[in-house]
Amino acid sequence: MAAPPKDGKLAQWFHRRGWQDMIIGIPYLWLILFFLFPFCIVVAMSVATRTPTAPPFGFGGENPIINLAGYARLFHDTLYIRAFLTSIVNAAGATLLCLVVGYPMALGLTRVSKGSRNILLMLVILPFWTSFLLRVYAWMGLMAKNSWFNGLLTDAYNFLTPAAWAVKSIPMMHTNFAVVVVMLYTYLPFMILPLYANLERLDRTLDEAAMDLGSKPAQVFRDITLPQSIPGIIAGGLLVFIPAAGELVIPTLVGDASSPMIGRVISDEFTAASDWPMASSVAVALLLLMVGPMMVYTHYQSKAEGKAAEEQK
Amino acid sequence: MAQEDLPFIRIEAVSKSFGTFQAVKDVNLTIRKGEIFALLGGSGCGKTTLLRMLAGFEDPTAGTIFIDGQDMTGVPPWERPVHMMFQSYALFPHMSVEKNVAYGLKHENMTAEARKTRVREMLDLVQLTEFAHRKPHQISGGQRQRVALARALARQPKLLLLDEPLAALDKKLREHTQFELMSIQERTGVTFIVVTHDQEEAMTLADRIAVMDRGQVKQVGAPTEVYENPASRFVAGFIGSITAFPATVAQLSGDTATVAVPAFDTTVTARAVPGLVEGQSVTLAIRPEKLTINAVKPDLGNAVAGEIKDLAYFGKDSLYRVLLPKGDLIQAHAVNARRTAEARPDWYEKVWLSFEPASAILLTE
Ligand SMILES: Nc1ncnc2c1ncn2[C@@H]1O[C@H](COP(=O)(O)OP(=O)(O)OP(=O)(O)O)[C@@H](O)[C@H]1O
Ligand SMILES: [Mg+2]
Repeated sequence: MAAPPKDGKLAQWFHRRGWQDMIIGIPYLWLILFFLFPFCIVVAMSVATRTPTAPPFGFGGENPIINLAGYARLFHDTLYIRAFLTSIVNAAGATLLCLVVGYPMALGLTRVSKGSRNILLMLVILPFWTSFLLRVYAWMGLMAKNSWFNGLLTDAYNFLTPAAWAVKSIPMMHTNFAVVVVMLYTYLPFMILPLYANLERLDRTLDEAAMDLGSKPAQVFRDITLPQSIPGIIAGGLLVFIPAAGELVIPTLVGDASSPMIGRVISDEFTAASDWPMASSVAVALLLLMVGPMMVYTHYQSKAEGKAAEEQK
Repeated sequence: MAQEDLPFIRIEAVSKSFGTFQAVKDVNLTIRKGEIFALLGGSGCGKTTLLRMLAGFEDPTAGTIFIDGQDMTGVPPWERPVHMMFQSYALFPHMSVEKNVAYGLKHENMTAEARKTRVREMLDLVQLTEFAHRKPHQISGGQRQRVALARALARQPKLLLLDEPLAALDKKLREHTQFELMSIQERTGVTFIVVTHDQEEAMTLADRIAVMDRGQVKQVGAPTEVYENPASRFVAGFIGSITAFPATVAQLSGDTATVAVPAFDTTVTARAVPGLVEGQSVTLAIRPEKLTINAVKPDLGNAVAGEIKDLAYFGKDSLYRVLLPKGDLIQAHAVNARRTAEARPDWYEKVWLSFEPASAILLTE
């Protein structure tokens, strides 16, 4: 009998760990194709020069190869600085409110029986089953000057405050307040779900141990539950803050047009102003602004882990 | 001394139901100050439930618990002078060993200096000073167990509850820790209630043992009392090994009872228990180490004929299974005092088993 043919190098690699590498590789391939590659285009556009051609930018010729005017304008033009500040303040407000509203809900979910827990979890994600736009329009209806909801709040306000302060209606639409409220409503599940996943894994006997050692329930929460849920808070916070800061639809529909958020600015530069290099510069700056805090967090965490490993020696 | 004999903990008619299931049924116990008291019983017999009621995590469905004379009904866990060492240790994973031990002390009205001193004392007591700054996941299982003990002792509780404190340790470490626990108890004088399902552990550690079965306390007594004078077949079988046979009381004279044992095909004498009447059906139980194996029939006392069916040689001793005249098997235990094989009975050898009247246990239950 003849000896079986010897496999080539490629086939050998394939048999040994090729499958593994390919399966791990697929998400990376996806990211390269649909994130890294387009991002490179955006970066390239951000250093291009605006031209009256189509597409409305160009490199070289009478223009400089690298034109940093867009980035320079980010620091000079108060429109951009204000837009960044508005975005950060609105997103931070929404994140904080999501945490304040979502934490008790997530904690409550871990304390109910298994059966009702599934129903309540379903209710948390139920809003996703209706169109996002429809839900924003519903909020617009609620917050409008002559809605029953606004009327109710106005009556309550007038009842509680001196007559001299009386108002006809509460101005809610087209304010940053409206943006924060609708973002709170929209992004709340993104806070609740990671928090719930984190809190659900915590060992309840630790709470009992703390009580046994003399802590009242509020102290148990402060000393045991809260410190252990920090990873969940950070995960939920990032999941809310990052999309909220770049949000376009909500500020466009319910926001204050005179103090736009950064998403609105990018959209306007691309379409109305047709200044693609400027729009790209803003987009790159936004990304850097989002990646910065995450890098700091990751760095801090790996340092903490390194320190723990150090102590083990 | 007299004061120490006063009951420190009184558990009066305590029951606990989960839905329709009764986990603890009408338990009455008194525990003295400074005692090591063991709760012994099989899995699911309600040991942890009883402990959790003492710590305040569960309310009894019926009955009352008194600790140091105070009725504990409605007293929340954080106000009880009781600390518990959990079956899973329940160390706080985000705190160092030192912080774990110090945790209970922050509720204590003491200076930072005094607190530090106490933590250091506790870590010294369990010999963990050098691990003070590690997190619980960075130390071994045995060390974790000692941290849990130090944490529970730091506030100087009146009562320490230990739920299977040694279950997760290997045999050698377990034996070592048993003696450590006993010496810590001696030094601190704290009352210990130890839950275990290991009868040897209960016998080694405890001043007194309560044997539990399906939510009920079957017998309470010193280890020797529970071992040598079990009150029921359950207790006799649960602690140590035993062989039991049905028997009938043939004759009573003073504190000696002559009982007919069909399995032995003869009558034997045993020490009578109170309340026995002639003709009564009883159970005769005998532990393997109380039997002597003889080659020839002894002249005096109880003797039963048999044939060696099976033997297990352990080195320092051997366990024999002996076939009795009616086909029953009895276990006999013998110390191998001599080196030569001729001194030991062999397979299929005809032998005579003998035992003293006081060694047989008569059970009426
Ligand atoms: N919260 C509860 N709800 C319903 N049943 C329970 C609950 N806690 C305990 N039980 C039941 O009560 C019985 C006694 O439980 P317990 O935990 O006291 O047993 P245990 O003696 O400690 O057993 P083990 O040696 O296995 O730890 C068990 O049958 C258990 O299933
Ligand atoms: Mg248990």
